Amino acid sequence: MNPVSTNNITVAYHRKPVIQNVSFEAPEGKLIGIVGPNGAGKSTLIKSILGLVPKASGNISIYGKPYKKQRQIVGYVPQRGSVDWDFPTNALDVVLMGKYGQIGLFRRPNKKDKQEALECLAQVGMEAFANRQISQLSGGQQQRVFLARALAQNASVYFMDEPFVGVDAATEKAIIQLLTDLKSKGKTVLVVHHDLQTVKDYFDWVMLLNIRKIAFGPTEDVFTQDNLQKTYGGRLAFLDQESNGVNPLA
Amino acid sequence: MLDLLANPNTQWVLVGTMLLGITSGVLGSFALLRRQSLLGDAMSHAALPGICIAFIIVGSKEMLPLIIGAGITAYIGTYLIQAFVKHSRIKTDTAIGLVLSVFFGIGIVLLTYINRNATGNQSGLNEFIFGQAAAMVRSDVNLFVIAAIALLTITFLLFKELKIITFDREFAQGLGLPTVFINGLLMTMIVASVVIGLQAVGVVLMAAMLIAPAITAKYWTDRLDVMVILSGVVGGLSGLLGTLISAPISGMPTGPLIIVSSCSLFFLSLIFAPKKGLLTKAIRLMKLRRSTGDNQVMQGMYEFIEDTDRDTLSFEDLIRVQPLSGLRLQQTIKRLQKRNLLHPSSETYQFTDKGIKAAHQITLNQRMLQMYSMHEMQFAHLPMEKNNWDFLSLPNSEQQPLFELLTKHELFPSVLQERNEDR
Repeated sequence: MNPVSTNNITVAYHRKPVIQNVSFEAPEGKLIGIVGPNGAGKSTLIKSILGLVPKASGNISIYGKPYKKQRQIVGYVPQRGSVDWDFPTNALDVVLMGKYGQIGLFRRPNKKDKQEALECLAQVGMEAFANRQISQLSGGQQQRVFLARALAQNASVYFMDEPFVGVDAATEKAIIQLLTDLKSKGKTVLVVHHDLQTVKDYFDWVMLLNIRKIAFGPTEDVFTQDNLQKTYGGRLAFLDQESNGVNPLA
Repeated sequence: MLDLLANPNTQWVLVGTMLLGITSGVLGSFALLRRQSLLGDAMSHAALPGICIAFIIVGSKEMLPLIIGAGITAYIGTYLIQAFVKHSRIKTDTAIGLVLSVFFGIGIVLLTYINRNATGNQSGLNEFIFGQAAAMVRSDVNLFVIAAIALLTITFLLFKELKIITFDREFAQGLGLPTVFINGLLMTMIVASVVIGLQAVGVVLMAAMLIAPAITAKYWTDRLDVMVILSGVVGGLSGLLGTLISAPISGMPTGPLIIVSSCSLFFLSLIFAPKKGLLTKAIRLMKLRRSTGDNQVMQGMYEFIEDTDRDTLSFEDLIRVQPLSGLRLQQTIKRLQKRNLLHPSSETYQFTDKGIKAAHQITLNQRMLQMYSMHEMQFAHLPMEKNNWDFLSLPNSEQQPLFELLTKHELFPSVLQERNEDR
């Protein structure tokens, strides 16, 4: 059974379709990149899978069951800008939030929960910052706190929305290490990504998306000049220029 | 004063205003962090028509029906604001302004109608506009006690859920928590804390009861649990102060004095809070400017010596090697001379023995920081934050990798070494 399978999802804002008829079956234990131009619906796709934006039509299943029944095994790392970082709390506390679902209503996190949260922080190299107020963290460190929180949730399928945006090299390295760890544990990770240069290095599978699904499959088969042309059109030449003429396929 | 406290009426008012301050302080923390401070204002104004309608139906000023009426229209107002924002292009501030003024307008119309038509003692709902804490009686306070216990117990039991929904609702939803229920519950609790405060503080000032204690508390802590408790304490204290100040003077309004008390506590915090207060910040900034100025001059001079092998700088050299100028530079030089780091001459500038050592340390520390930043992950375990970025205080074994990097990049400060070798 596939970790994620979707059947003809369509999402529309004010009648304009944002994603149209996207169907795919994600294989288990793979790192899957979702790439496409700005406004192509990458974030919307994962948000619609997670029920955060309403679908106009289509079905989604997580390991064969509707998402609502599988929430506990689905982890989500939103974009960093989605919360108020001035909130009075520290890094460890945010990570602990990942365990709130398992702890249950009315009960408080105990020592063991805290210990596990600390281990999750350690996995992203942030244990030294456990007691730091979250507004005192750099952007990259905040991103790592979000990743640690998803880890604490101990999910089987992870969705990450542009985790590599605006982070320092150290954070980038930590994220890659984390993705590799997750993969080795048999987890499935879907990552919205915008940097074509790194797609081949980071992801086993890739989806090219521009409103519709252009291609989906193992990176070496699907990440071709032809498919990129179909996804980005004339904009690809511009992208090349922007990246100092380095061909992402080279 | 003691006579007044012995008066049972004053005692009831005191208990009532303190409870009210505590509940609005506790729930106001959540409203503030959800950026819904203004929503509290809309809620309280939207409660007015409900009070009037309840009075028209029941025909008396009994507290419970009035509060229920207030709660209903306040809730409708809140719901309308959220519905406007969700389903139309109206933004939150516009929706709040709209609902607030329309509901308040309806309330005033109804109030005028009641004042014209009611007879004798029956009239006088006017107190709900600015509040009249002195009108509180024992049965009102009993009601407040029950409401306060209920609100505080729910907050305690569901603290973790209220926290996550305030910080990151989407994530809470992803965890499978009943976010719709918790959100509705929190809104209901905020509405409840607003309506029970109306009699004492009035619809116009009620929003301040939510905001002032919460923002005051936020100045003193970085933890939500501490903030919520502190906010309750500030709210309760404001209730106490406002009542005690107003009680001995006839005609002094309690509600506004409660607000003035909590706002005074806010201003005190704004200025004097230990970490975030303006005074602390100003002092810290001044100290920081001084010490960075000192360090920049020292390091600039040190690097000049390192580059040129001359150990005396002219004024022109000094201007070139560091960023300060004018009065600040003069003050800095004087300070360094006073500390016996520079020789006391006015034309040329030269380190003392103590000075060159200090400059070496400053330069070394700054360059170690550079190496640290290049290899942040490798050194993430170092407790730099706690020791104020003082790399020189680290144990030798921790310093060694940084020294190696400095040597590799040919950045190890060399002046002191050469001097030692010369000797």
